[in-house]
Amino acid sequence: MSEVSVTKDAAAAPADALVVLHNVNKHFGALHVLQDVDLTIARGEVVVVIGPSGSGKSTLCRTINRLETTDSGSISIDGKPLPQEGKELARLRADVGMVFQSFNLFAHKTVLENVTLGQIKVRKTDRKQAEQKARALLDRVGVGAQAEKYPAQLSGGQQQRVAIARALAMDPKVMLFDEPTSALDPEMINEVLEVMQQLARDGMTMVVVTHEMGFARSAANRVVFMADGRIVEEARPDQFFSNPRSDRAKDFLSKILHH
Amino acid sequence: MNVLSDNFAMFREGFLGTVELTALSALLALVLGTLIAAFRVSPVPALRVFGTAWVTLLRNTPLVLLFLVATLGLPALGLKGWDSFWLAVMALGCYTSAFVCEAIRSGINTVPVGQAEAARSIGMTFSQTLGQIVLPQATRTAIPPIGSLMIALAKNTAIASGFNVTELGSVQKTLNADAGYDIYVIFAWIAVCYIIITFAISGLFRLLENRLAVAR
Repeated sequence: MSEVSVTKDAAAAPADALVVLHNVNKHFGALHVLQDVDLTIARGEVVVVIGPSGSGKSTLCRTINRLETTDSGSISIDGKPLPQEGKELARLRADVGMVFQSFNLFAHKTVLENVTLGQIKVRKTDRKQAEQKARALLDRVGVGAQAEKYPAQLSGGQQQRVAIARALAMDPKVMLFDEPTSALDPEMINEVLEVMQQLARDGMTMVVVTHEMGFARSAANRVVFMADGRIVEEARPDQFFSNPRSDRAKDFLSKILHH
Repeated sequence: MNVLSDNFAMFREGFLGTVELTALSALLALVLGTLIAAFRVSPVPALRVFGTAWVTLLRNTPLVLLFLVATLGLPALGLKGWDSFWLAVMALGCYTSAFVCEAIRSGINTVPVGQAEAARSIGMTFSQTLGQIVLPQATRTAIPPIGSLMIALAKNTAIASGFNVTELGSVQKTLNADAGYDIYVIFAWIAVCYIIITFAISGLFRLLENRLAVAR
């Protein structure tokens, strides 16, 4: 395996770092899923994390809001180290939006309630205001007409867009996307990607774990390539896709970009 | 001679005694059971240990023994002035709470872990996640077994007759002692009273089940 020095030539300006992972390690039993991971994400930056399955990219994404604990190393968001647990951690999580592969909309709540719940319970916004904001967000992601329905009555693409609205309702500083289109039927992938593209254009800081190379090319400021729990290569998307430097990345791209 | 019409006042008192005992013990069991279930899934190890100990102890103790502890043990420990009715509520409620806890916990285990993760990811605390997201969904699965537990509780209240509580069991004992009535007829009427109560409970739980059914 060729060792490639990690380049910092992308848009990342360390001066305005929003998310900083330093020397993060994690094991699942004997499996070393994250190995000495260093990653800095600047405010407004869109970082796409790609890599073969089992490379630790989802785990990396989930450590950023501590849905996964780490064994060693440090993670800080907006200058504050991630608290271990309790109310402090809950407060910090409210500032970090998360979109899951399997949507995870609250099954017993309507679409509107899904988007207002966090505002009301966590941000203590009053109901009227929360509903107003929720409806605006639902309109923005194109599912305003579904507000009174339950998640199970929506298509996968609609559910995922509601999930994005739910995360946005908390006014997050950064949005994490953990394979947001992997559970979707092909014809629904684009409607979700379009919402994400728009979000990226609006200047949201985003960490996106995905297999959508088109999205990586068009929306990312930086591509992070992971394999075997390590960040193997970081580069601007045009550089990465046209001229990957590590053998591991070349091998990966040759398998997925065959047409 | 008609047992029921001759002793209607006694039957009514016994019936109401059983209903009252069942209702109050059920309330205690549901509140305690939910609380202990929350303990058992909480991130605090001390609470988990307490919850496990509670369930292990109460689920594995014969109910009669619990009645003895409540009526003899508690006053000996200085808890005086409680009448036998409230001690019976304590014994029945605590005993049933262990089973309710496990029914709720099995319900919690059916809620996909992603639901709790999503709640945590928007900044909800443990108790908000449990109260707003997990428990409401867990209840749907837990309702049928809890219904069975409440029916078992209604029938378990008969043990209280041995501890000076007026309910259907004590009516039966009094009437049996009162020679002249056919023992099978007494049993039959007592059985009818229990059937009314248990049918009412199953009806109530069927209603709850339909109410709470939400598509996933």
